[in-house]
Amino acid sequence: MLKSALSIIAIIAVLVFGAFAIYAYRSPIAPMSAAERPKFSPEIIEKGRMLASAGYCATCHTDGGGKPYAGNYPLNTGFGTIYASNITPDPETGIGDWSPEAFRRAMHDGISRDGSHLFPAFPFDHFTLMTDEDVDAIYAYLMSEVKPVKLDTKSSTIPFPLNMRLWQAGWQLLFVDFGRFKPNPQKSEQWNRGAYLVEGVTHCGACHTPRNILGAEKKSQQFGGASIDQWIAPALTAANPSAVPWTASEFTSYLQTGAGVYHGIAAGPMSPVVHAGIGALPASDLAAIGTYLGDIVGAPDTNPADNPLVLASLEAGKPDPAYRKDLGERLYATACAACHYNSKEVIEGRPDLAINSATRLDKPDNLIHVILDGVSSDEGSKGIVMPAFRHALSDEQIAAIAAYLRDKRAELKPWSDLTSRVAGIRDEHAAK
Amino acid sequence: MIEFVVNGRSVSVDVDADTPLLWVIRDDVGLTGTKFGCGIGMCGACTVLVGGRATRSCITPVADVAGTEITTIEGLAPNGDHPVQVAWRNIAVPQCGYCQSGQIMQAVALLKDIPSPTDDDIDAVMTGNLCRCMTYNRIRKAVHEASQAMMGEKTSG
Repeated sequence: MLKSALSIIAIIAVLVFGAFAIYAYRSPIAPMSAAERPKFSPEIIEKGRMLASAGYCATCHTDGGGKPYAGNYPLNTGFGTIYASNITPDPETGIGDWSPEAFRRAMHDGISRDGSHLFPAFPFDHFTLMTDEDVDAIYAYLMSEVKPVKLDTKSSTIPFPLNMRLWQAGWQLLFVDFGRFKPNPQKSEQWNRGAYLVEGVTHCGACHTPRNILGAEKKSQQFGGASIDQWIAPALTAANPSAVPWTASEFTSYLQTGAGVYHGIAAGPMSPVVHAGIGALPASDLAAIGTYLGDIVGAPDTNPADNPLVLASLEAGKPDPAYRKDLGERLYATACAACHYNSKEVIEGRPDLAINSATRLDKPDNLIHVILDGVSSDEGSKGIVMPAFRHALSDEQIAAIAAYLRDKRAELKPWSDLTSRVAGIRDEHAAK
Repeated sequence: MIEFVVNGRSVSVDVDADTPLLWVIRDDVGLTGTKFGCGIGMCGACTVLVGGRATRSCITPVADVAGTEITTIEGLAPNGDHPVQVAWRNIAVPQCGYCQSGQIMQAVALLKDIPSPTDDDIDAVMTGNLCRCMTYNRIRKAVHEASQAMMGEKTSG
């Protein structure tokens, strides 16, 4: 009984797997030699260069220090490391024997020329929105401008049976909405251009949208922010904690320059996005991207200069002026405190000047004399001296020190005409 | 003739009474570890100990120090291993090093008066010793380390 039940389960499993394998099957597309390849105009090739740049193809399809587009860049996924494939026109190890049709199917449907499924580390879930013309332009560029490199792509470290590519058919069924971009007639042409670029070729969500346990973007949390290569791709939505909300114009200028006045710079994985990628697009496209992002996740344009958080940040950055406001206090710190210091008690031979007789007399004369000419070893405490500031400090500076000691340290009635008194004593007692 | 003691050695010099002590130490006594910085007692590079007190030698007339005992960086410890110097090396305080003999002399005087200084004590006393390389955080750390070493010496010895 049990044996026959198990047999039935096994037969059903085989049938289901067989049916799935049939469902998942994709036929190979015949190879096309370089000689058979269609010819492309320079304009198409140039358009392809821009789009390949805006799609950061080279960023993932080039290993650090490797030849452009020759692959083997490691992408660390939760399932193992996948190595980006060689997409140079080398016929053996690259895509040199791919026809435009095969390239289109890869970009739109995530299927390799030989019929195997591509891992979704390759963002075909975005590229499926791109027009045939744009995909063909990228093909034209890769085939015409990129140097063929013979380099085998390393195998992924994804363990069996997860590394079986036919499972990707199920992943695609669950998570990918295949089909070209459909403009929203309610929105402007610029908005739709931005939407096409953002959702398609520039695939912003691939980094900025969190992924589920199977590695698919969570559509309900689009642009909600995610972690990528140990960096944070911040939320582009209102959940972004920026002091100044992102707006259409801020998105555009950030993508144009790599820096936002009110946010910061494009660093880490975002750096090539701006500097080696999206910047190839014409200014009108960057404006369109800003318009689209500004509308779907951004805030209405405001003048950030009036933002209270901006003003508070500027205010908090100001140095404490207390230390600078009193010239006498500053001079005391540098000229006097090297000797005239005490901590919790007055140390012998360390006159604490607020309680020193010279500071407390009705006239400043004694204090001025000592600052001007110092104290020799014969005077005062035997064997120690005070330097003479006669040639070091001006009348105003000595007056400032004296006023600081009298007014702030001793808290006594200020001395009047201090500066002229310093000048007078300096003259009548010229150099000892 | 003006007579005083430098690093335990009696010195007798025949110079003008108002010659700054710094030049006598460098040019007549021949000890060049003490540096000329600003020349107006505002940077601390020229600091030496006169009677154990940190003194700006660039504005101290040599006549004033007659009969005193002066210590320069060269005389601080026989092998350059005063706890402050040891801490200076451990923490690699100096960058360009120009201010360090003055800094060290000032720190030695500070620790004699305030053996266990707080950050505030250090800032108050050391502010007059400028460091153009901005190594102030390391200077503060070294003063603390030297303080601990010297306190340890006292309790264990």
